[in-house]
Amino acid sequence: MKPDSASVFTTDNEARAVEIISWFPRPRSAMIPLLHLAQQQDGYVSDAAMRRVGELIGVTTAEVKGTASFYEMFRFEPVGRYLINVCTNISCLLCGGEELLEHACEVLGTEVGGTTSDAMFTLEEVECIAACTEAPCLQVNYRYRGRVTNTDFDRLVEDLRAGQTDIPHHGVLSQVHQRTDAEHRAGIVPPEQAREAPVWISRNSDTQAGD
Amino acid sequence: MSTPHESDGYLAHAPGYVANDGPKLITSRFEHSDSFTLQRYLATGGYNGLQAALRATPQEVHQQVREATLLGRGGAGFPAGVKWGFLPPGKHPYYLVVNGDESEPGTYKDRLLMERDPHQLIEGCLIACYALGLQQCFLYVRGEMALAQERITAALNEAYEAGYVGREIRGSDFSVDIVMSQGAGAYIVGEETALIESLEGRRGMPRLKPPYFPAAVGLYGQPTIVNNVETLSNLPWLLTNGAEAYRSYGSETSPGTRMFAVSGHLQRPGVYEVQHGVTTFRELIYGNNYCQGIRQGRELKMFIPGGGSSPWFFGEHLDLPLEAKPVGAAGSMLGSGAIVVMDDTTDAVKAAWRVVKFFARESCGKCTPCREGTTWLEQILRRILDGEGRPADIDLLLDIGDNISPGPYPAAAHGELEAVPFPPRQTTICPLGPSAVAPVVSTIRRFRHEYEAKITRRDPIPVMAVPAGAAL
Repeated sequence: MKPDSASVFTTDNEARAVEIISWFPRPRSAMIPLLHLAQQQDGYVSDAAMRRVGELIGVTTAEVKGTASFYEMFRFEPVGRYLINVCTNISCLLCGGEELLEHACEVLGTEVGGTTSDAMFTLEEVECIAACTEAPCLQVNYRYRGRVTNTDFDRLVEDLRAGQTDIPHHGVLSQVHQRTDAEHRAGIVPPEQAREAPVWISRNSDTQAGD
Repeated sequence: MSTPHESDGYLAHAPGYVANDGPKLITSRFEHSDSFTLQRYLATGGYNGLQAALRATPQEVHQQVREATLLGRGGAGFPAGVKWGFLPPGKHPYYLVVNGDESEPGTYKDRLLMERDPHQLIEGCLIACYALGLQQCFLYVRGEMALAQERITAALNEAYEAGYVGREIRGSDFSVDIVMSQGAGAYIVGEETALIESLEGRRGMPRLKPPYFPAAVGLYGQPTIVNNVETLSNLPWLLTNGAEAYRSYGSETSPGTRMFAVSGHLQRPGVYEVQHGVTTFRELIYGNNYCQGIRQGRELKMFIPGGGSSPWFFGEHLDLPLEAKPVGAAGSMLGSGAIVVMDDTTDAVKAAWRVVKFFARESCGKCTPCREGTTWLEQILRRILDGEGRPADIDLLLDIGDNISPGPYPAAAHGELEAVPFPPRQTTICPLGPSAVAPVVSTIRRFRHEYEAKITRRDPIPVMAVPAGAAL
């Protein structure tokens, strides 16, 4: 079977990918945002998506894989609809993070790193997620919950199972996209095409930034 | 979830932030639940700093920032105005990269600034770009911060539409594009050269300095200013009110205010904006206006003064002001504005192990002393905790530490240890590896008996006899 990599992204996301690339002076800078786009669409980053990302930004699939594998948010196999990240770093450790993680394992019936058999939940132990005063804290698909008691956790799991939260499926980060058209932008070009001092600097030009 | 009460000073819409009676230079809008909208921003003096900047020359704006002695808020505490002056003349284009990859254990103030007041950050970016002739700004937000990404993106869309960002801003000849970009889970990307690598679409591994000082050779090889979110968020107030007004807050050498996240065993943990360089650790931890003391009236055992990378402090350090120099002289750093407080129930070895485990996990693997060293430190601490420690382990920990961050302390292990040298000497490209040494040395120095107690507790395990010829 020869996969048609142009059809990896939906038509909308293909357009979105082109839009993302247009915001950077060099296409390769769109690497991480495009991998997020792939994960947003499919819940994980497939091999086919990495091939397509490579085509879009002009690098090999190996370079895309080599880069993507450095960053721990990218998943290369499907995970649960909800990725629950429990923090056990120092502030959470002091306030019951380990105990919360243990409770989460029991409630979900899975080990750390595991996915429930109904594919609803994947549980991870993570490093500091910047909510330290709200310890112990966790994220569900990167949405925060703080000062989480065992009871809170149980209710959260129930709500997620019942579809009673506004948390989107795994892979969706910002639900707003930058959408300014070329006409209203200053103009994004490769560095080779921007060698002149900008006009508001040259106007004041006996001095320059860096003096 | 068990949300703390508003009567305690917490705000339901901004969990973690606690207002106090002090000056609010950068958190002034946090009290509004719609603080992130352009409408609220404009109604509360928003974009006045930009207007003031546009009425001045770029050089005058830069001069204001120099005169204010605005210190970088990311960790190193270097004056922003001086950093800006490192751009080599005439090597256009110059770029601005905003470091929003806040991941240092214990730290979170940039996240609140991005979520609660994204326009303030955008305005700060615009002022920097105007002052220095920077042609594009990249707002790199930590991957895990979905809400911050969303708020910044929405704010950028609004700001473009209203003519505050983009072509010929507010009818002037100043034009700049700002793009929101993201990380994807890698602490090391908070290091500025690693962040640039990531922004170029590569694995986020630090570059060697020299030659890769961003101001000289940065993004796409061009001169690049990398500033922290909180640093830039100070610029709108500074430009609106002037350097002199800015200097009326804080101390002579650390003007303005600073945000501190104070977490751990506290009555009222929180993120506070406080006078820079004036307030002491004691006031912040015990003051009624702030954290109100240790939980349940317990005793302080130790605290981390400046994020997971900083050497630890104890009771005798409480009266130091929140200022870089005295904290540095006492052997640590203010770092990222994260204070983690531990009471007398805390297991010092376990606490040190957890911080070391973080660095072991986050080591990018580029430099051997860090890649191997942090892993060994973690494993040795783990076995001590598991009751499998060996008598030589304390010396071994210090010896491995010395391989990552050469200093006097392994030799002194037989006598009184020296204070952790800070900034650390390093055998690595970036300070991540040395950061893992700080908690180890800090706790061995003060709580060696806790290590020894765990090690001597170990029961000898008899060697199992293996029958000859048995398959292993």
